Amino acid sequence: MGEWLRRALVVAAKDIRLELRSKTSLLSGTVFAALVLLIFNFARDPTSLSTLDLAPSALWVTYAFAAVVTLNRGFSVERENAALDGLLLAPIPRGALFFGKYLANFAFVSVVEAITLPLFVLFFDLDLGGKLPGIIAVAGLATAGFLAAGTVFSAMVVRTRFAELMLPVLVLPFMVPPIMAAAEATARLLGGRPLSEILGWLRFLGFYDIAFITLCGMTFAFVVDE
Amino acid sequence: MSNGELERAGRVVRRGGWITGAALAGVAGIYVMALAYTPVEVRQGPAQKIFYIHAPAAWAALLAFSLVGLASILYLWLEDPRLDRFAAASAEAGVAFCGVVLTTGPIWGKPIWGTWWTWDARLTLTLFLFFLFLGYLVLRQALPDPSERGRFSAVVGILGMLLVPFIHVSVYLFRTLHPQPILIKPSSPSLPPEMLRTLLVSFAVSTLLYVGFVTWRYGLTLALEAREHHARG
Repeated sequence: MGEWLRRALVVAAKDIRLELRSKTSLLSGTVFAALVLLIFNFARDPTSLSTLDLAPSALWVTYAFAAVVTLNRGFSVERENAALDGLLLAPIPRGALFFGKYLANFAFVSVVEAITLPLFVLFFDLDLGGKLPGIIAVAGLATAGFLAAGTVFSAMVVRTRFAELMLPVLVLPFMVPPIMAAAEATARLLGGRPLSEILGWLRFLGFYDIAFITLCGMTFAFVVDE
Repeated sequence: MSNGELERAGRVVRRGGWITGAALAGVAGIYVMALAYTPVEVRQGPAQKIFYIHAPAAWAALLAFSLVGLASILYLWLEDPRLDRFAAASAEAGVAFCGVVLTTGPIWGKPIWGTWWTWDARLTLTLFLFFLFLGYLVLRQALPDPSERGRFSAVVGILGMLLVPFIHVSVYLFRTLHPQPILIKPSSPSLPPEMLRTLLVSFAVSTLLYVGFVTWRYGLTLALEAREHHARG
């Protein structure tokens, strides 16, 4: 188990090192997320809709789109110079390879989400106060859930002709349950509701994460192996 | 060799055509039965007649998608191309039936509920299954290599099966408007015998239509493969 995890971390570290050299997807993901938030502010009528009503959905639509944009890079970097073949030849179990890729994706999307959150607070004039830990927990659980299916699909779509178009078509249905739960939980957190009201949604997110990380890890081998 | 394959494909296509033709005649029969034989529902009036198309189509869509999931699991295990062909044909038929469900539902919903659409648990689930399997078919089209196409779409099919209970639970947390099941429930069916008979016949017909569609599509895939095989020499 320790060896398995170490190999997964090696794969994740490789991806993170690669990304830190170019910063392409982090930068484009963050700018993209900021622009989506900006559009949300102009697309609403401030006299008829209060910020608190719109804020949770704006945040989660932004996070979902930013995640899709960031996911696109995951396996497209492996395509250049047939790097994927090298990776597959390395003595790494497919489950560990999946988990490493998944961890790297989780790191990128979390960074994009973390940079976007202050912008969100600023644009929507919110007072997070003591709500920040709750929001981080919800965001972490939801992101962990939809990135599992997202990682498998990003490995699939690099073999197709229109990868950037194909990924959202496949991954968005899988994003709906976690995003729905996260938006509901965020709305209750921002509204200052007691923690007991969001426990059901947190449990739902937890189940979703466990189920999809397990099944995606199991099926990943069928996607990368010839 | 290639001619033999093509002939075999032709036989399957013809068989599918016959079954589909018989099932379509059955659909016409259901219309006659629903209009002439079954009583008019007291509260809903003639609008309820669409039920004899809507419910059987929903059944066929559910059957189709479940079999895609099952065939996907078996395909990853056995790697039999027949399972992949069947899954693709079943997904296509399922999307067609799902389209019927999603169009007949609002037609009924407007006079009875007063709205075309509502984010009710079952409606949302059906809509998502529709999108999920549209994505499945789009992915298949974008993958030229048959072995890759088979494996990838099987993985999508399996992940989709896991998604269904989660969509179901998440939308059930909102209040539901859809009529509760009246046929499959612990107590006995609460329908007049004429309605029950019409409904059972319509379920049989929609199953037959599903079999016809899948056989037909399966034969067409065989024909396409035979031609590609022939072209490559």
